[in-house]
Amino acid sequence: MARQQRDYDDIPGTFVFDQERSRQGFGINMFCMSLMQDENRKAFKANEAEYLKKFNLTPEQTEAVLKRDYNRMLELGGNIYFTAKLGATDGHSFRHLAAVMTGSTQEDYADMMLAGGRSVEGNRSKSGGFEKSAGVGAAAKPATRKANRQKAKPKAKARAKQARSRRG
Amino acid sequence: MARIIAGVASSHVPAIGAAIDNKQTEEPYWKRVFSGFERSKEWMANTKPDVCIVVYNDHASAFSVEIVPTFALGCAAAFPPADEGWGPRPVPVVKGHPELASHIAQSVILDEFDITVVNKMTVDHGLTVPMNLLFGSPDAWPCPVIPLAVNVVLYPPPTGHRCFMLGRAIRKAVEAYPDDLRVVIFGTGGMSHQISGPRAGLINSKFDKAFLDNLTKDPQKLARIPHLEYMREAGAEGIEMVMWLIMRGALDDKVDEVYRFYTVPASNTAVGHIILENRRRGAKAAGKRKAAPAKLRRAAARAKVERVRG
Repeated sequence: MARQQRDYDDIPGTFVFDQERSRQGFGINMFCMSLMQDENRKAFKANEAEYLKKFNLTPEQTEAVLKRDYNRMLELGGNIYFTAKLGATDGHSFRHLAAVMTGSTQEDYADMMLAGGRSVEGNRSKSGGFEKSAGVGAAAKPATRKANRQKAKPKAKARAKQARSRRG
Repeated sequence: MARIIAGVASSHVPAIGAAIDNKQTEEPYWKRVFSGFERSKEWMANTKPDVCIVVYNDHASAFSVEIVPTFALGCAAAFPPADEGWGPRPVPVVKGHPELASHIAQSVILDEFDITVVNKMTVDHGLTVPMNLLFGSPDAWPCPVIPLAVNVVLYPPPTGHRCFMLGRAIRKAVEAYPDDLRVVIFGTGGMSHQISGPRAGLINSKFDKAFLDNLTKDPQKLARIPHLEYMREAGAEGIEMVMWLIMRGALDDKVDEVYRFYTVPASNTAVGHIILENRRRGAKAAGKRKAAPAKLRRAAARAKVERVRG
């Protein structure tokens, strides 16, 4: 079954770890979890492909792990807090992995963060909408107000009608 | 009677914990971060809470993908630091407050918040880093702590509104506890950050600052932010900020901001921190507000009858 489209799939460069990915990625994440233990880290390092057989991964997932393709792991159901344990097994920090996933050098990524990080401008949406932020909660508010207005009117009308009928 | 006197929010970046553990706090990069918490430590030392409730999230330490509770309340007597793959952090064991914790569980479940009770649990950097930032690095934590772990890893986390309402239910529970305890509640995580995928490194200071402002100005507005907006504006992992709303919901409607600190970056993340105090320190609980005098009540009833008669 193809992946069901979600509203958040419109966010560029982002693989949201949702229920569907969690289901698909159970094996990847349990494999990563196993790396919390030193003897497992050693066993994995000694023969990676052999060690992975215990976790029922698909061929695509196995390939992504062996190639350390972190974005592909996320796409196939891995979660960053789990795959970071694979990174740690290789001696890498969260920041190192982040740089790898963005395709930049460690130096460029560190410079970008020091300069205030990646701007949200131009990075909100694949479809090109949402480029003007109206501030926190703005997306929710107009809709609520409008809904309230629409709701309020019939009620007010009903009340007026009731009042008239009572008088009559 | 127990009461919540203040709320603290703070990011819980693991690299901050590593900087403390590796004694790098005086390096210029880290000094910028730690200097922002000097006044907070003073505030905490003066406030001396009897208990802290710490709302945080576990990062594949105590909970893997095998069991994912949305709200997990730590009711144990002690919570050892988790081994996050590099050995446990060299921080003291977190002592719990099983009596108050189980009292809260009993109360909020009957208020229709179906939380998970956890009687054995380790706690990771999500909880211990904010503890370090507010208490420093003592040999033993100065007060008991009730951990409340929230799922913000597997989508969807609880909505901001649900978190806010859970905070209110916690306040009600605390205020019904017979012992005189002064409680501080922590909301942790955030602020804007994304540590996964090609968009990693995203920071949105404008969003963060508006969020900090609205914690006092208009928390209801924050409770309406949909998940999509957090992820789009504040990064995939910025959705952690819903946890701050449990803290905010547990406070009174009107609060005073006593301190705030914001800096970019710590590792991949914008560090945000705020201290909010309830105004009515020493006043009676909300549920025990004096009823209006009989004369006023009668007048109101008369007015209502007249309105109906038209």
